Amino acid sequence: MAMDTDMNQVLMLDGNALAGLLADLFGADVTVVPAKCAACGEVNEMGALHAYVRAPGSVLRCPICGAVMMRIVQTDRTTRIEMRGIAYFRFETGG
Amino acid sequence: MARPLDWQLATVAGVRDETDTVRSFSLTLPAWAGHRPGQHVDLRLTAEDGYSVERSYSIASEPERAPEVDITVERIADGEVSPFLHDVVVPGDRLEVRGPIGGYFVWEASQPGPLLLVGGGSGVVPLMAMLRHRARNGAMNPTRLLLSSRGPGEIIYRDELDRLAATNDGFEVVHTLTREQPPGWTGYARRIDEAMLAEVLEPLDREARVYVCGPTALVETTANALVRIGLAPSQIRTERFGPTGT
Repeated sequence: MAMDTDMNQVLMLDGNALAGLLADLFGADVTVVPAKCAACGEVNEMGALHAYVRAPGSVLRCPICGAVMMRIVQTDRTTRIEMRGIAYFRFETGG
Repeated sequence: MARPLDWQLATVAGVRDETDTVRSFSLTLPAWAGHRPGQHVDLRLTAEDGYSVERSYSIASEPERAPEVDITVERIADGEVSPFLHDVVVPGDRLEVRGPIGGYFVWEASQPGPLLLVGGGSGVVPLMAMLRHRARNGAMNPTRLLLSSRGPGEIIYRDELDRLAATNDGFEVVHTLTREQPPGWTGYARRIDEAMLAEVLEPLDREARVYVCGPTALVETTANALVRIGLAPSQIRTERFGPTGT
């Protein structure tokens, strides 16, 4: 999947930029968590995914194939997470 | 001890100008869990009507300075947060902060081996935390910083970088000035490109760890060029801050 416009390239951030939001959602820092892209099968740390945050929601894309891996939309009262683009991710929960 | 995700009220302990448009703020945190070099804090401003806005700022100081942390902020003329920090905030003020956040863009002195840091403008901030931490721990690993600035007056931490480079502990700084060069300037005078990166990398081992932080376009150019030079993507960690940073 190709990026459509130069603007997308200019606005792209790293998954690490969503560290605070992701930690709110998962209760832990997941930026070094390996995540497998459901489209191409590549495994990258969450912090290395490409992040797009200047929209009504936040989008994480695979840095290899560009497929959408996660979408997060928040309103005042609800959080909606879609992550069918992630085959799995795995993180330590202590103990 | 507060958890990283809890907001706490930091007290501004000091304010220091780095350049005409860049200023550092020392914050004292009541319950700081300690950070690793490269991590950031979230800062939240809330207006009287309840409207609130958050920004992430890289921590500039080394962990050894805890519970005080420095952030270094570029004033973005049409920004919502940075003009407030620059024009209004004075020592003694309180700011809502949480952190440290983000374990991905982190280097610690316990990680051996050569290190290449590439920064564009205020992208030097998290790299400075790494360099201050490195110096504080007496690390001797070969380390080079390639820093791209627009002109000589816009080099952030210029004097401190020169001092660090003068200690002969294996650290060198290489500047490129993209728009304005002082008379007699013999350094690089163009945007970062593949040839420049190859030259800066040459004294280091090809196995160097690389950290790149700056505007997205600079980070893209740098990361792609380093892969063409032959580095593995897994050696390279990036922190893009968008068109100019906010």
